[in-house]
Amino acid sequence: MAEPKIQLRGVTKAFGSKKVLTGVDLDVAKGESVVIIGGSGTGKSVTLKCILGLLRPDAGSIKIDGREVTGLSTSERDQVNRQVGMLFQGGALFDSLPVWENVAFGLLSRKQCGRDEAREIALKKLALVGLKPHLADAWPSDLSIGMQKRVGLARAIATDPEIIFFDEPTTGLDPIMADMINELIVHVNREVGATALSISHDMESARKIGDRIAMLYQGKIVWAGDPDSAEAAANPVVDQFVHGRVDGPIKMQVRA
Amino acid sequence: MKLLQAIGRVFLAFLGAAGRLIMFAITAVTHCFLPPYYPRIMIRQMIEIGYFSLPVVGLTAIFAGMVLALQSYTGFARFSAEGAIANVVVLSVTRELAPVLGGLMIAGRVGASMAAEIGTMRVTEQIDALTTLSTNAIKYLVVPRIIAGVVMLPILIFVADIIGVFGGFLVAVYKLGFNPAIYLQNTWDFLEPLDVISGLVKASVFGFLVALMGCYHGYYSKGGAQGVGAATTNSVVSASILILCFNYILTEAFFGL
Repeated sequence: MAEPKIQLRGVTKAFGSKKVLTGVDLDVAKGESVVIIGGSGTGKSVTLKCILGLLRPDAGSIKIDGREVTGLSTSERDQVNRQVGMLFQGGALFDSLPVWENVAFGLLSRKQCGRDEAREIALKKLALVGLKPHLADAWPSDLSIGMQKRVGLARAIATDPEIIFFDEPTTGLDPIMADMINELIVHVNREVGATALSISHDMESARKIGDRIAMLYQGKIVWAGDPDSAEAAANPVVDQFVHGRVDGPIKMQVRA
Repeated sequence: MKLLQAIGRVFLAFLGAAGRLIMFAITAVTHCFLPPYYPRIMIRQMIEIGYFSLPVVGLTAIFAGMVLALQSYTGFARFSAEGAIANVVVLSVTRELAPVLGGLMIAGRVGASMAAEIGTMRVTEQIDALTTLSTNAIKYLVVPRIIAGVVMLPILIFVADIIGVFGGFLVAVYKLGFNPAIYLQNTWDFLEPLDVISGLVKASVFGFLVALMGCYHGYYSKGGAQGVGAATTNSVVSASILILCFNYILTEAFFGL
């Protein structure tokens, strides 16, 4: 097997006495789309933030393209982040900048091109996520949540990254809008040919955008496989989550 | 035992916060001297701090100067030393009142908005987004604000000096019946460059403190709207206390023996 694009080995992370990740192992192959599923508060976002370098794992190794990325200096980290795009859960658009500058932010900050050219690219990416050019000069706060997500998606793909991360891409959207975002992600994944790692607790979405699904439970990846086999998985944790049952090994912790 | 534990916990938390603040300040200052710079944002911050704060600082200064002339008249009239009013007004305004009151107003106006803006960016993951877009949040958010504060406050306070002295002049001439020419002559004669310069140096330090506290509390805010609210309050309170504290230290350094 070729070298995985992203490789996690024994990644642990604790906040104070609360152990969130207890040893995450995960491989994502080049061009593959993997969705990490799991209940709220199981550490999906923490895993993503560790890979992105926003959080430093306590132990374990994270490799991107075979290169160890834990403990990199800020400038080395920037080099790695150049090939990465990220769609944040709430969009995380910069509300002090108009839409097109949001989309072109990565291009401008990396000085890959001038402002005119960056605007051209931004308009192209906006068209790709189905937004009309006249919105380019609107302010993020004037857009609906669904539109903000699309702008966030356009920003994530603006620099043609090799890896794109999606943090709960469909959360807080109505079913139609959620499906539209899913289609966009699949489309972008194929169009750009990027490796995608998403986190979600929306099974519908996971099935649609994932080539492979990995289940995070109690700080570990307890199961991984293609979406169809998730339906019939023998693992009781996966079975409970996929079918959304109250009874099973996952107990809702009302109070930790 | 419980009590000791509680005291220890509070003490450790305080030391932790102080250490974090100092690390933040060192990082921020270091980045002030390293490219890349963001001139657009810096200019926007300079306009925000310098130009849009003029009304509030000007009003503060003019009333401070006016009340000073009025109060010192009641005092000095008893010793028939009314001639010293011009002296008292110009020295108090340039050395103390304009920088300190101006600094406090800026802490409320600018520091609070910095904390709220950066705090909101933190809780809506915009700061994380900056990092993923290869942009150093300290350079992009903190450095322009600190430089704008350090550069613009002295200019602002210089204007406030003039307005404050003018306030004293208004009261002295139109209410207390001084001769305008003699009042101005007295003002000018007593004024030394160090009086103004010390005030402007103070203003620069206060500008740094306000921007630093606003950015620091915003940068480390957490927990949604409530967290941002707390960050805003903390930035104003801590900046105000630091301004008064550093005002004494700087006065001691300039004029103490």
